[in-house]
Amino acid sequence: MATGESTTESVRITELLTSRVSSVVFGVLSTRKGFISVCFLAPILVLSLAAPLIAPYDPTAIHVADKFAGPGGQYLLGTDGYGRDLLSRVLYGGRASIIIGLASTAFGLVFGVPIGIVSGYLGGRFDELMMRLMDTLLSIPSLLLALLVVTVLGSGIVNTILAIGVVFTPGIARITRSSTLSVKNEEYITAAEARGESLYHIAFREILPNVSSPILVEASIRVGFGILIGTSLSFLGLGTQPPFPDWGYMISVSRSHLHSSIWFMLWPSLALGFTIMGFNLIGDALRDVMDSKVHSD
Amino acid sequence: MSAFSAYLVKRMGYIGVTLLLISLIIFAITQLLPGNAAVMILGKQATEESIAAIEQQLGLNRAWYVQYFDWLVGFVTGDWGISFSNRQEVAKLIFPRLVRSAQLAAITSILVTVTAIPLGVLAAIKQDSIWDLLASAGGYVGVSLPEFVIGTAFIALFTGPVFQILPYGGYEPLSSGVVTWAKHLILPSVTLSIILTAHVMRLTRSEVVEVLRKDYVRSARLKGLSETKVISRHALRNGLLPTITLLTLNVGYLLGSIVVVEEVFTFPGLGRLLVRSIQARDLPVIQVTVMLLAIVYAFSNLTADVLYTYLDPRIEYGEEE
Repeated sequence: MATGESTTESVRITELLTSRVSSVVFGVLSTRKGFISVCFLAPILVLSLAAPLIAPYDPTAIHVADKFAGPGGQYLLGTDGYGRDLLSRVLYGGRASIIIGLASTAFGLVFGVPIGIVSGYLGGRFDELMMRLMDTLLSIPSLLLALLVVTVLGSGIVNTILAIGVVFTPGIARITRSSTLSVKNEEYITAAEARGESLYHIAFREILPNVSSPILVEASIRVGFGILIGTSLSFLGLGTQPPFPDWGYMISVSRSHLHSSIWFMLWPSLALGFTIMGFNLIGDALRDVMDSKVHSD
Repeated sequence: MSAFSAYLVKRMGYIGVTLLLISLIIFAITQLLPGNAAVMILGKQATEESIAAIEQQLGLNRAWYVQYFDWLVGFVTGDWGISFSNRQEVAKLIFPRLVRSAQLAAITSILVTVTAIPLGVLAAIKQDSIWDLLASAGGYVGVSLPEFVIGTAFIALFTGPVFQILPYGGYEPLSSGVVTWAKHLILPSVTLSIILTAHVMRLTRSEVVEVLRKDYVRSARLKGLSETKVISRHALRNGLLPTITLLTLNVGYLLGSIVVVEEVFTFPGLGRLLVRSIQARDLPVIQVTVMLLAIVYAFSNLTADVLYTYLDPRIEYGEEE
């Protein structure tokens, strides 16, 4: 009996979610910004994440005879100073950069959202303590905070993700908290309290679904920002490390070869610019769609 | 005015607490790197006795709160200690670099102010025109290109085979001539200002657009005021306030990107010192540098808030959202 009820409930929730997600997706695609961003992002995401399947060469394979080859011919985008295939390196580099952006945002959500909801809902001492802590972290400029965390943890892709995740947590917690404050006195929350539901249930079953829109918008903008911080750290030599560099490291290395070959610097720069722009645009499109939904509801 | 000074005092107290917490976080990093400080100075082959000796000498074997208090007092009184990596006084390392970075930051702020605000206002007035579209497209490109991409592209363009008109990097003091000085500062400051200009321009546009929709602008128009007067007297005055705030708030962003840009142009400032110190794990330098940058950030935030509260236009118009 109980399982039957929860099954129908979960089916209902799934249906509701599917219809909401599809209406948001169509809404985003129908805006100019959303459409342009998907045109940028879809190919970049698919190609980068599928790098091991489609890269024509091993990104670390050295072809001494072919160094600084121009684009076209055997190597579609040319080669670097060791004769490594630039297309393969850009694809693999994108994989690292995009994974950093997505994973660090996920980290920020996993920690920031619960902190924000519980703080906003409980209020009082706990709220005050948490928000003071979050504000302290926010009062250190983002890149500096990331640098500090890297100082403790050392470089490498996992530590880069952790560092950016720590930077993202307080901002996400703040936004979640303020949305929580605006729904915490709604009737369905009072009803859940009267039913004697647990804090977990109230936070994640009642509040979370109703504060998800602003969090989603925030997260989509963060992905681009995460890629920006991640590649900046790599550029400074404090992020991802060879032999699996991201775009930031590639651009850093290309600087000593600017006079021999411009392609070396150009491809990762273009890929990076279009990726960050894509995430910025999709974030703005999402915000426009969500705002119009709020107003029309 | 007394309410205002009470507000100021409250804010200063708040900043004091925040900075104290930041100093704790920064100091905690020393504690999170167990034994490293001594190993960093002596190298990995150090014997246990020599490590113990240097820990004794540096006071690293004391309780953490004693060390923290000691460090904090040292920081406040200007006794910043000795760098691990080159045995120089931290203060002597920091001051000349702080001055150079401050020049870079000041020039950047001027560049951003004189370009971003007029562009944003123009885009707002000519809403939905081709200029507006161009400005918003330019804004997206500017926001999306990291500083190291723009900087590297500038180096490729202006210091190499294409146009060899500017130095690759470095810094020359004013005493070696204004032109030489400016030539070394132009690429880093333009690079720094691009993202910030894009940010500030987008905000200025949206604020002015918002104001132009307000009732008092409509009634000013209906009164028969010329469009120039409507814009200069009403729209700009109210629309630019948040922008002033944002200019100050952007200091936080500037403090981060200055680190990257100094690295791109091998500019011998505070940012490059910080990166070098992190690579060398030179804790005394890292602690003081980050603390100084946090102080600058805290006070620019305070300036933003105070300006906004002091100049809030709603007091004059008595209009609420």
